[in-house]
Amino acid sequence: MSQSPQLLEPRIIAAKSGSWRPKPKISNVTLRWGINAAALVYLVLLYFSVDINWSRVAQGMDRGVAFMGSFLTPDFVSRGGEIAIGLRESLTMTFAATVIGILLAIPVGLGAARNIAPTPVYFFCRAIIALSRTFQEIIIAILFVAMFGFGPLAGVVTLAFATIGFMAKLLAEDIEDAQRDPMEAVRATGASWLQWINYAVQPQVMPRLIGLSLYRLDINFRESAVIGIVGAGGIGATLNTSINRYDYDTSAAVLLVIIGIVLMSEYLSGYVRKWTA
Amino acid sequence: MLKLKGLTKRYATGDLALNDIDLDVPAGQVLALIGPSGAGKSTLIRCVNRLVEPTSGSIELDSKDITNVRGGRLRQARRQIGMIFQNYALVERLSVMENVLSGRLAYVGFWRSYFRKFPQSDIQQAFELLERVGLETMLDKRGDALSGGQKQRVGIARALMQNPKLLLVDEPTASLDPKTSRQIMRLICELCQEQNLATIINIHDVALAQQFVHRVVGLRAGEIVYDGAPDGLSPEILTTIYGEEDWSADKHDDDQGASEAKGPDVEAALLGGHP
Ligand SMILES: Nc1ncnc2c1ncn2[C@@H]1O[C@H](COP(=O)(O)OP(=O)(O)OP(=O)(O)O)[C@@H](O)[C@H]1O
Ligand SMILES: [Mg+2]
Repeated sequence: MSQSPQLLEPRIIAAKSGSWRPKPKISNVTLRWGINAAALVYLVLLYFSVDINWSRVAQGMDRGVAFMGSFLTPDFVSRGGEIAIGLRESLTMTFAATVIGILLAIPVGLGAARNIAPTPVYFFCRAIIALSRTFQEIIIAILFVAMFGFGPLAGVVTLAFATIGFMAKLLAEDIEDAQRDPMEAVRATGASWLQWINYAVQPQVMPRLIGLSLYRLDINFRESAVIGIVGAGGIGATLNTSINRYDYDTSAAVLLVIIGIVLMSEYLSGYVRKWTA
Repeated sequence: MLKLKGLTKRYATGDLALNDIDLDVPAGQVLALIGPSGAGKSTLIRCVNRLVEPTSGSIELDSKDITNVRGGRLRQARRQIGMIFQNYALVERLSVMENVLSGRLAYVGFWRSYFRKFPQSDIQQAFELLERVGLETMLDKRGDALSGGQKQRVGIARALMQNPKLLLVDEPTASLDPKTSRQIMRLICELCQEQNLATIINIHDVALAQQFVHRVVGLRAGEIVYDGAPDGLSPEILTTIYGEEDWSADKHDDDQGASEAKGPDVEAALLGGHP
């Protein structure tokens, strides 16, 4: 953006004598304060237009406090068997879905990278990604539960489907950001397409791919708890049952298990990422 | 070895980068392609190995027309053409050895290359080339752990791994210090002589080119405006190639110590004396 010299000159003179402040993002003073005032008015209006039922909030608070309180007395034992089964099912679902999803996401991601895919393939793969990313896992899960019935199969298909969109999109973006020169150099040696992918593209995107895979594993585990609530099996089903029974101590135990596993995967991925850099 | 006939390239943007270029490069000849920025030097060498598709004209390598070959035949042609880049273009996360061996990709099948199981003879050749460029102790280092000059040596080894007949070199020294530049130029030219390669080197440093090459082609706005011996580059000809400039004032101080070795006229002109 160019600015007229009359406006610039005082700043230059001031800078010469050692006084300089960053230019305000919005130069017009009235406009600047106007925007601030508008933001304030918006907040006030927002408060009055959202109908908050304080007595209901207070009542719900009690239940929330009861729920929180049960974190102090989590009960791993009385429903221990169910928790173990749900957990095993969730972990199986998570691993299976992540592996299947990533294997399918790699070709889609290659096809969705502008710089290496022919245009028709590019549009086709982008369409797959859009389809997979449009719907939230729960909605997909409801559909697949209707198709495959209650249980972990629907869960695996749901998570794998969601993984494709997530991984393929981020992989394609990483490929698009890859350095062009080495890719050209390997192509210039007369390498075949697969060799070219293996030598010029893969080394550039591998660390990110591994990092994302671990992250997706983590997401899939958490999602497996959520989609269990709509009948797709796993620890979510256990959690749902315990909440319906007002058995908050067991719910707390389940949540603590989930937190523990997410924490573990957090440390693991930090470690692996350091190792693949 | 390489024969270009009526080679023309018009980019989709409408830029006419090459206009009806005829050029013949025999085996064993090192040719410097000079010209101002945007003259079409990179476009020309990229057309030769078809990283850029020419608009019209023909490219003959070793008496075979490669202008329109595709698929396997194109890869066959490309493996006979080594290429060296200004930015080295190494795959930074691969080791030095993997980078050098990638020059053999067109000679081995996918699974062999995937498991890095190259034939013994290839590995021997790679090692000999690394010795030749002085990097045999670095074979397991990663590409991004090398200095610029070292990366360019790996780039040279990778190109020669292809056992090429033709070498295309795009500004090999533009990112290197003066001393390393000379070493790299010397290395490229020696290797070309030994292996009797036809070589095209794009280069901005005229004095450096004159020292090492057999022939100079000057390109301006996509057309050849000079083709002859390195000594023939008089200030007038430099003006035709690069445009008006006081050539006698252009000091090249990266040339101390080797001024005897080059064409006297232009060198003197470039160094500030008058012929
Ligand atoms: N991919 C492209 N798309 C459109 N125009 C291009 C493209 N590449 C190059 N050109 C144009 O073609 C002309 C020749 O470019 P080229 O890169 O061959 O020049 P050069 O002689 O190598 O220059 P330099 O010395 O700066 O490397 C320029 O006008 C440039 O703008
Ligand atoms: Mg160029």
